[in-house]
Amino acid sequence: MAKRNSAKVQGAKLSSAKVSGGKVSRVSTIDLLKAWWAHHKDSCSNSLLRLLSTPVQTFLTCLVIAIAIALPTGLFLSLQSAQQLGQGWQDSAQMSAFLERGAKPLAIEKLQASLEKNPSIKSIDVVSPAKALSEFQRYSGLGDVLLELDENPLPTVFIIQPVNTLDDTKQLSALQKTIEASPLIDTVQLDLGWLRRLHELLVLGERFVIALASLLSIGVLLIIGNTLRLAIENRREEIVVTKMVGGTNGFVRRPFLYTGLWYGIGGGLLSVVLLIVIGLWLADPINSLIGLYESEYSQGGLSVSAVAVLLLGSACLGWLGAWVAVARHLRQIEPT
Amino acid sequence: MICFDNITKRYGEGHDALGNVNFELASGQMAFLTGHSGAGKSTLLKLIMLIERPTRGNVLIGGKNLAQVSASQIPYLRRQIGVVFQNHQLLFDRSVFDNVALPLQISGMPAKDQGRRVRAALDKVGLLHKEKSNPLALSGGEQQRVGIARAVVNKPAILLADEPTGNLDPKLSAEIMQLFQDFKSVGVSVLIATHDISLINSMNCPIMELSDGRLIRNDIEHVASAAMEPH
Ligand SMILES: Nc1ncnc2c1ncn2[C@@H]1O[C@H](COP(=O)(O)OP(=O)(O)OP(=O)(O)O)[C@@H](O)[C@H]1O
Ligand SMILES: [Mg+2]
Repeated sequence: MAKRNSAKVQGAKLSSAKVSGGKVSRVSTIDLLKAWWAHHKDSCSNSLLRLLSTPVQTFLTCLVIAIAIALPTGLFLSLQSAQQLGQGWQDSAQMSAFLERGAKPLAIEKLQASLEKNPSIKSIDVVSPAKALSEFQRYSGLGDVLLELDENPLPTVFIIQPVNTLDDTKQLSALQKTIEASPLIDTVQLDLGWLRRLHELLVLGERFVIALASLLSIGVLLIIGNTLRLAIENRREEIVVTKMVGGTNGFVRRPFLYTGLWYGIGGGLLSVVLLIVIGLWLADPINSLIGLYESEYSQGGLSVSAVAVLLLGSACLGWLGAWVAVARHLRQIEPT
Repeated sequence: MICFDNITKRYGEGHDALGNVNFELASGQMAFLTGHSGAGKSTLLKLIMLIERPTRGNVLIGGKNLAQVSASQIPYLRRQIGVVFQNHQLLFDRSVFDNVALPLQISGMPAKDQGRRVRAALDKVGLLHKEKSNPLALSGGEQQRVGIARAVVNKPAILLADEPTGNLDPKLSAEIMQLFQDFKSVGVSVLIATHDISLINSMNCPIMELSDGRLIRNDIEHVASAAMEPH
């Protein structure tokens, strides 16, 4: 009885509140913004807590994402290293310029002087016919045969070392053409075949990595989308009730988008760890390889900016994947 | 407050779940909606909630034609309507307090004001002492009352209930009806769908009876015309 009475009193209170409170239920814009911000914060932290409450499952999902991210990233980094190494080899590209047989020593000296002024040329070694012949005798095993020749058939050769900044086979070819233009030069040999092949291989590798990265990105989207589809299914009841009492699609969507974001960030962080571990494991053989080629090769590991890009990218992937799932499944869940 | 203007609702290609239904429920009026199973009671409530759209005719809520309410505006309409479901649909991953606070959270009320409102609503249904409990730890009747607290916490102008006393003993049912009467007396339009004839008879409220989608009895009109007669 007493309870009934108190309920009545409360009812009266409710009524007076309502009379004065037409405004109370109309929330001000500032309050709405605050509430919007508060819900973002809540969704952000709650979705993280929810993920951490099932640590093993969350870790495994993040690991799958991490592998999908680390694979193309690792390949990309190796490719960059290979490109740098290739650069080092290109630096050691030499050209052999064979002069016309009848060239006078004075003219040769003049030509050498003028070529040395070319900014693309670092140095020139002159191999006289006599020196060339003696070297040829020594290395070819044809010594005696050559001795029987009346005159030295070999021309003067310039061994030309281009400057290191010529990092492109095209520029090397252009330099070759310029040198060849001189009337004293017979031919210029530049063995670009293997350099070209390396270059083509690197281009191929780059395409491969891009294709792989695209495919695996789609994979990450699908993984996150599927994980979220299950999460949405598990919270169907909550979604129905929320929509029933006036929750907007944005309100319902928010926690799931944050879940996707967290998966993306988690996967990104884990992939950085994977890349660092693999990098450490590979460091020794890479260093000795570099030592072999004596190239000034900067350690092409993960830079801070690369980590930042990677995390940002994986976070974006997570968010996007969540959108895909949410757009497909949330609309289907309506009160009935 | 609620006005049905010649409403027909057909699901898919089947028969009419509602046919040419007309009625008007004013503010501060409480009515029972009854009829056999499959008569169309739930369908009628769903049309008010915009869970379903009518095949023909217009539903007006507070003078607004629901045909003009777009899908993106539906949430804002629903915030003005409190609903009590038969299967109370409480969320068991949060406390009683958080269940009741959900509509306020959705409408963007500052957290400090939410507490006051939630406690007032829980106090009204006599469950203030259970605010920290999980709904799973409550009896069926208590859960039902938490559902009512959630339905009214936003101070809606309309309160709809679909079988709110299903599975409840007569004493508890009577208590819940008393709660609805209290809301009616503060100006809320209350519409209750139920089979429970004895409950209906114990209350002095107008009755609307549906049969195969037709409104075969409408006491509201009698009440209205009775009020007209002296003039
Ligand atoms: N989503 C739906 N799709 C198709 N037909 C439906 C749907 N919902 C209800 N119906 C049909 O509409 C008619 C009215 O159903 P409704 O749920 O409104 O009845 P009710 O009066 O609430 O019955 P009960 O007392 O059993 O709850 C029934 O014939 C039912 O089969
Ligand atoms: Mg029903």
